[in-house]
Amino acid sequence: MMSRREGSPFAGLSTIALKEAADHMNSIRIHLVMVLVLLTAIGSVYAAIGQIKATIGEDQFLFLRLFTTAQQPLPSFVFFLGFLVPLVAIALGFDAINGEYNRRTLSRILSQPIYRDALLTGKFLGGLLVIAICLLALWLLVTGLGMLLLGLPPSGEEIARGLAFLFASFVYAGVWLAVAMAFSTIVKSPATSALCALTAWLLFTVFWPMLAPLIAGAVAPIDPLDPMTAVHQIDIQQAIARISPNTLYGETTLALLNPATRSLGLLFTDQLSGALMGAPLPFSLSVALIWPQLAGMIAALLVLFTIAYVSFQRQEIRA
Amino acid sequence: MSPVIEARGLIKRYGRSPAVDGIDLTIEKGEVFGLLGPNGSGKTTTILLLLGLTEPTAGSIRVLGLDPLRQPLTVKRQVGYLPDQIGFYDHLTAWENLAYTARLAGLMSGEADGRIAGALRRVRLAEVADRRVATFSRGMRQRLGLAEVLVKQAEIAILDEPTSGLDPQATQELLELIRELADEGVTFVLSSHQLAMMQTICSRVALFRKGQVGLIGRVEDLTASILGGAYKLEVETEKADLVNILAGAPHISGLTALKTGHWLVDADADVRADIACRVVGAGGALHSMAIRQATLDEVYVRFFEGESHDVAA
Repeated sequence: MMSRREGSPFAGLSTIALKEAADHMNSIRIHLVMVLVLLTAIGSVYAAIGQIKATIGEDQFLFLRLFTTAQQPLPSFVFFLGFLVPLVAIALGFDAINGEYNRRTLSRILSQPIYRDALLTGKFLGGLLVIAICLLALWLLVTGLGMLLLGLPPSGEEIARGLAFLFASFVYAGVWLAVAMAFSTIVKSPATSALCALTAWLLFTVFWPMLAPLIAGAVAPIDPLDPMTAVHQIDIQQAIARISPNTLYGETTLALLNPATRSLGLLFTDQLSGALMGAPLPFSLSVALIWPQLAGMIAALLVLFTIAYVSFQRQEIRA
Repeated sequence: MSPVIEARGLIKRYGRSPAVDGIDLTIEKGEVFGLLGPNGSGKTTTILLLLGLTEPTAGSIRVLGLDPLRQPLTVKRQVGYLPDQIGFYDHLTAWENLAYTARLAGLMSGEADGRIAGALRRVRLAEVADRRVATFSRGMRQRLGLAEVLVKQAEIAILDEPTSGLDPQATQELLELIRELADEGVTFVLSSHQLAMMQTICSRVALFRKGQVGLIGRVEDLTASILGGAYKLEVETEKADLVNILAGAPHISGLTALKTGHWLVDADADVRADIACRVVGAGGALHSMAIRQATLDEVYVRFFEGESHDVAA
């Protein structure tokens, strides 16, 4: 007969989460990655400000353009963030569990009155806390830099959109943290799990946008006599591209930081009838637009964390 | 005395191969109990089962009257564990490492601080409490592990290979600490290959073989059971053929000629006086006779004779 285990599965959770967060905040590894993010962020924002200054008075959402404006050769802040945030998350999570095995601390920690649930969840929450602090600091820095150099305060809607962007970035980083932690439970060596996570990052960041059209072309070839097959292929291509969290994050930031974005998919001319081209969408509609993407990222995060959880629960602890 | 650990018909299989295959074990309060056996014989798996860190395939375990699988938190609160090659967070100090596990054990800050300070003093690490553990020797790490058991005020301490890799002085210091704590009523379960050490400290031992307990009992009892005699006498004679002289002598179970005039006598009682009488009575000269305590090494070697010790752990 099965009976319930005593106590809460989350006993010790906050202790583990805070210790992990403190460890990360003091680790040279994270300092290095954050310096890289900081330098690229300041560089891209500073370059963007130079360009934005020329259009002051013409744009309703100057502050949002801080995040999206690119000036050759520097890409935009959002592009950098989409590229580098996964690196920060991977650096935080790639040795979360196998590192404990390798340090031979796992059995000692699990012989304390806690469950494995608390250890894994605590490590995940500790990582999320660090990501949240870093992203918030970065967002405040960029906003402060904008106010200082543009001499204008952000509007209420810009702050709302900025905060939504911050939340989306947080979820996106959470997905990559869950990827890194899943590998850290499945793969025994930290070096190998780091390589696996980086391979996934490269696949979805660099190669997936190239692979999606190829796969769509093979799955749904275009019939020259049927124009709808082209539409079908684009739909398939978009669906495949959206397997990548980078695509989901890119679409989310596009809709949030560029209020003129009215659709994230294919639009027919008849669907645009009556629309004021270039007119900004209200914030609530932009949120409704990105809701599937955001829900997709949250779902991916939960699935990946579940994989890590199940894998860790089934492991034999002998170190 | 009341049993603090009881295992009945304990079985643990990994796939089809049994790591632990029907173990029955009873350990009394205040005992220093040794688990002996070659690699892969099931010692560490048994320890993990006692801690509830792995689930048995069959059988039952009671630790302090509790089921470690259903009441793991209560069991872990009262059981300290020092794993083989204990690991600490190297970037943290000794104090910080203990403070972390004390918080996990649910100790409040003030209470934990007092216990940590006391434990570090007890294991003679108080002076290096603020040093990072990365700078600690293996002996210091083992003592820090024991400090963790002290902070927890555990009723049972399970130590897996506690003296492996330690120099003789560090080993003696650790054993002294274990003796002190055992005198205070802490029950110890030790797993080790260092049999001489186990013989000096354990009140009882269990010899594991292929996932089963082959022998269990006090070292003296095992000696009698395996070596056929509780006493071993080294006898040096001249002009005396002990084979003839001791033929039919009571209590003697074996006689081995070591070299000319040197004999090793196995007996189940102290037969020194009888041997002396017989040798002298037969006109021989008795140069020396010494009683040699049979060692755990001999029991171990005889018990595992012919077995490969290279089974994977």
